[in-house]
Amino acid sequence: MVLEKTIFILIIFSITLLIATYLTYFERKVAAFLQDRLGPDRAGPFGILQPLADAGKMFFKEDFIPAESVKLLFILGPGIAMFTACMTGAVIPWGDQLQLFGRTIDLQIADVDIGILYVVGFVSIGVYGIMIGGWSSNNKYSLFGAIRAGSQMISYELAMGLSLIAIVMLTGSLSVREIVEQQAGVWNVFYQPLGFLIFFICALAECNRAPFDLPECETELIGGYHTEYSSMKLGFFLFAEYINMFISAAVIATVYFGGYHFPFMHSLGLSENVVSILGILVLFLKIFLFIFIFMWIRWTLPRFRYDQLMHLGWKILIPLAILNMVGTGGFILLSTKM
Amino acid sequence: MTATLFYILAIVSVVGAIAVIAARNPVYSVLCLVVTFFAIAGQYVLLNAQFLAIVHVIVYAGAILVLFLFVLMMLNLNRESEPLQPTLIKVIAVVSGGMLLLTLVAALRGVDQIPLAGVQDTQLGLVKNLGRLLFTEYVAPFEISSILFLAAMVGAVTIGMRSKSDKREIINHL
Repeated sequence: MVLEKTIFILIIFSITLLIATYLTYFERKVAAFLQDRLGPDRAGPFGILQPLADAGKMFFKEDFIPAESVKLLFILGPGIAMFTACMTGAVIPWGDQLQLFGRTIDLQIADVDIGILYVVGFVSIGVYGIMIGGWSSNNKYSLFGAIRAGSQMISYELAMGLSLIAIVMLTGSLSVREIVEQQAGVWNVFYQPLGFLIFFICALAECNRAPFDLPECETELIGGYHTEYSSMKLGFFLFAEYINMFISAAVIATVYFGGYHFPFMHSLGLSENVVSILGILVLFLKIFLFIFIFMWIRWTLPRFRYDQLMHLGWKILIPLAILNMVGTGGFILLSTKM
Repeated sequence: MTATLFYILAIVSVVGAIAVIAARNPVYSVLCLVVTFFAIAGQYVLLNAQFLAIVHVIVYAGAILVLFLFVLMMLNLNRESEPLQPTLIKVIAVVSGGMLLLTLVAALRGVDQIPLAGVQDTQLGLVKNLGRLLFTEYVAPFEISSILFLAAMVGAVTIGMRSKSDKREIINHL
């Protein structure tokens, strides 16, 4: 039992890292496609070995720590960013049950009672990596990046949590597995279109993706919070961002788009195991679709100005999310009375 | 196993709490406070109160302390050498701290004899039972405290309200 879980955790972990590695390649290819270029095409066929070359370069670069920095925190920053990014995947159900060697295997690392709050919790402490890294660099651009990251996270977390509350009200459970199971018929996005939109925008902001990449915007802040970082520490920050993107897409797919469910999954006449494996593939298809939308937005929209960012978060998204929550509550009350 | 974990978490939380007040640099204080809060959240998990633990992490570590860090960084209060306080303030601080300690000790005296409400049930911390209890037996205190929070929020907004020109200035700083 323990061995089973360990192997499963290792598989999920390596898949997450592999996907995050190849997202860098994917991003450059999407950018090239949107800008009518070729993108990386030198390393291997279609440039498929480019991420490995990049990683090799990152490892062999000089690892520089500024003299005036706070050394311990400077090293801790990227570590925290990476750790929190990797931890969130633990409560996501990657598929239904699988019957292997006469045993039933749950395709989820931990079915925690409060799964969805666990996700919110790890997202909310993810900003510490950026803030600690930016502050300890002892550079004003890094500091500005860190401050921006802090205020942006807090502003968008509220709307994100409020839109999730509406989902929890519909489902009546905080467990992610339960939320997915209830979407066997109709996906949550059809009940919660507004909630989905708010959640999606907040997910973009929480991942520091354009148009919300103010903590690291090159034109104003050089590199933002990672200005002073080099070598694999910089690599960790960038890598954590891609893991975050993968996990956010996974959360969106599980919470709003039915997770591993797909239409007519039980009327195909296939065995349980085949349906489960198809479910996993469908989930990954949904995840990649959202990742593509993330990239599409990044290479299409210009960056917000700082006051526009705050205006959108506090004066538009939060009132809308509260309205959505109250509306959902009223809808549930009416439908149970009738 | 549980006892070992309890002692590890207890030591971490006490050492962290001492480090909060011992650290010269306020940013270190906040980071130590984060560690302390995580240790306390761990204690909640040991008590089978997962909901309380995760809400503790989200609210304190995830929101309030990020705001603290934000303010410290924005006002640039990260000087290693803070100016020494006058002796009078030190004396006042010691006296009031001692009085608080006295009150706490007096309040905790004889707490063993009071039967605690509902701790016999080890499943109490699970979110379903907690929610049911909050909205039935303890609904009045729950609602009153939420009104208190609302009042505090309105107060904070009123204090924080500024004229238009001030606002523009703050935004231009970022």
